[in-house]
Amino acid sequence: MLTKLKQQRAFHLMLIPSVILVFIYSYLPLYGMIIAFQDYNPGLGFKSHWVGMDNFEHVFRQPNFVRTIWNTLYMSFFKLIGGIVVPVIFALLLNEVARAALKRSFQTLVYVPNFLSWVIMAGIMIDILGSDGIVNSLFVFLGAEPISFLGSPSMFPWTMIVTDIWKGFGFGTVVYLAALTSIDPGLYEAALIDGAKRWKQTIYITLPLLMPTIILMTVLSLGNILNAGFDQIFNLYSPVVYETGDIIDTYVYRLGIQQAQYSVGAAVGFFKSIVSCILLVLSYILAYRVAGYRIF
Amino acid sequence: MVQDNSLGRKLFHIVNYMVLILVSLICVLPFVNLLAVSFSSSAAVSAGEVVFWPVDFNTKAYEFALKGDEFFRSMWVSLQRVVLGTLINLILMVLAAYPLSKTKEKVLGRGIYMGFFVFTMLFNGGLIPTYLIVVQTGLIDSIWSLILPGAIPVFSMIILMNFLRGLPEEIEESATIDGAGPIQILVQILLPLLKPALATVGLFSIVGHWNSWFDGIIYMNDTANYPLQSYLQTLLLSFEQIMLRASTDYTQLLAMMNVRTGRAAQMFLGAIPILAIYPFLQKYFTTGLVLGSVKG
Repeated sequence: MLTKLKQQRAFHLMLIPSVILVFIYSYLPLYGMIIAFQDYNPGLGFKSHWVGMDNFEHVFRQPNFVRTIWNTLYMSFFKLIGGIVVPVIFALLLNEVARAALKRSFQTLVYVPNFLSWVIMAGIMIDILGSDGIVNSLFVFLGAEPISFLGSPSMFPWTMIVTDIWKGFGFGTVVYLAALTSIDPGLYEAALIDGAKRWKQTIYITLPLLMPTIILMTVLSLGNILNAGFDQIFNLYSPVVYETGDIIDTYVYRLGIQQAQYSVGAAVGFFKSIVSCILLVLSYILAYRVAGYRIF
Repeated sequence: MVQDNSLGRKLFHIVNYMVLILVSLICVLPFVNLLAVSFSSSAAVSAGEVVFWPVDFNTKAYEFALKGDEFFRSMWVSLQRVVLGTLINLILMVLAAYPLSKTKEKVLGRGIYMGFFVFTMLFNGGLIPTYLIVVQTGLIDSIWSLILPGAIPVFSMIILMNFLRGLPEEIEESATIDGAGPIQILVQILLPLLKPALATVGLFSIVGHWNSWFDGIIYMNDTANYPLQSYLQTLLLSFEQIMLRASTDYTQLLAMMNVRTGRAAQMFLGAIPILAIYPFLQKYFTTGLVLGSVKG
C-alpha cells in the first residue's frame, strides 16, 4: 500500500491545491452554518452563544418570511413553465425553416441576451420599461395607458417572469433544435406515405421524440425552484414591490448583509440549503431514471 | 424530403416567418434602442423622440464615461480578474480532472475525492457563512476575494474529466512504457488533446468572471476596488449622484446628457466585450453541453 501511494504521489499532489481551496471556501462555510443556532457576535466569531432554534422560530413567525416563500415559488413556477414552452415552440417553428443559413441567423439573434449579465439587462429594462421608455411610448402611441412595469406590485412578478424567459429562451431553443435535427427524416417520409400531414407528423412523431429532452430540461430545473432569480430581482426591485417581489435570496441579503443580522440570515439560508439539496438530488435521480442523463 | 406546395403550406410559411422575425426583433430591438439613446441628446431622449436611430447625434455620454476614472479603474479590475481568475480556474481544473479521470485502482481514494467535490454542487453554506469565511481569511477589499472562493468550478472540472476519460487509453500506456511520468504525460501529451474542451470551460470561466457583480459588491468595502459589473450595478440606482460628483458645473452637464443617455452609454460599453467574443461563445457553449453529459 505504501509503495503504491508512492507511485501515485504525483496524482495526489495534483489534487491538493483544489482540495485545500474547496475545504476553505466550501466546507468551512458549512461549519459556519452553526451560527444559525447561535446569537452571532463578530467578536466571538463561531464561538458565539448557543440559542438553539430561536432564530428559526423568530424567522418562521415573520409574516415577511411566508411572503418571500410564496413569491419565490410563484415566480419560479411560471418561469419554469414559460422557460420550457417558449423555447419548444420557437424551436419547432424554426425547424420548419428550410434554409440552414436563415435558421442559424434567427438562432444567433435570440441567443445573445443569454450571455449578458443581469446588471446590463437590468440597465436596459429600466430604460425601456420606464415611464418615458420606448415600451410605454408605444402604448401611449396606440392609445393605451402607460404601465408601471417595475413599480406596481401587481405587475412586478409578471415583468420578472416575462423578462426572464426573454433573456433565457435562446439557450433552450439551441438545445431543442439540436434534438430536433437528430430525428431520423425517414420517419417523416414513412408518415407521409401513410397519409399523415405536417400537423399530424408534429403531434405523433416530433413531440414524442422531443419528450425525453423536454423532461430532462424540466427535471434539471426543478432543483433550482428555490432560486427565483436573485440577480434579476435584486437589480430591478424596490421597496414598493417587496410585497410581491421579495424572494428568499433578496430577503437573506437584506437581513444578513445589510442589517448585519448574521444569525437570522444564516437561519433562512440554512432552511433554503436543506430544501434545495433534497430537490437537487431528486432532480438528478429523476434525470437519470427518465432520460438516462448523468453528469457524474 | 418530399415537397409540399399546397396553399396551406405556403400560408404557414408566411405566418411562420412573420412570427420568427417578430420574436427575433423583440430580442434585438431593446439593444438598438439603448444604442440610439446613448448617442442622442438629452432633450430628444426626455421628449421621447428616440426610437431606433439617434436624434441630435453626439458622443457626450461616452466622453463622460471615458473621462471619469471610475469606469477605467473598474474595467482594469475586471480585466485582472478575468485573466487571473480564468488562468487559476484552468490550472486547478486540469490538475484535478486528470487524476480523477483514472480508475480507483490507479488513484487510491478517487471515490472519496470525487464525493468531496460533488457534494459542494449539491449543498452549500449559503450567503452569510461564506461571507464570514471570506472576511475571516482576510480577503475583503482584495481581488483574491473574487477569485479564490470559486477557484475550482466543479461542473467544468467534471466536463474536463469526462473528456479525458473519452480519450483512448493506448496514448498514455505507450508514453508510460517510454518512461514518461504523470506530469510529463499531462503537459506534453494530454494538454494538446484537451484543447477543444479547454476552450469550452475557459469560455465558461471568462463569461462567469466578466459577468459577476454581486461578489464585488459584498466583498469590496472600497468602491475603488469594484470590478466593472459591480460598478455598473451602482449606476442602476444612483447615476445622478455620479454626475453630481463628477462635475462642478452640473447644470451645464445636464444640458448635454442626462441619466438615461449616460447610463445607456456605460451599459453598452460593458456589453461590448461579450458581444465581441459572441461567435466563440455560440460555438463552444453548445459543444460544452454535449461534452458535459455521459449518456448511458
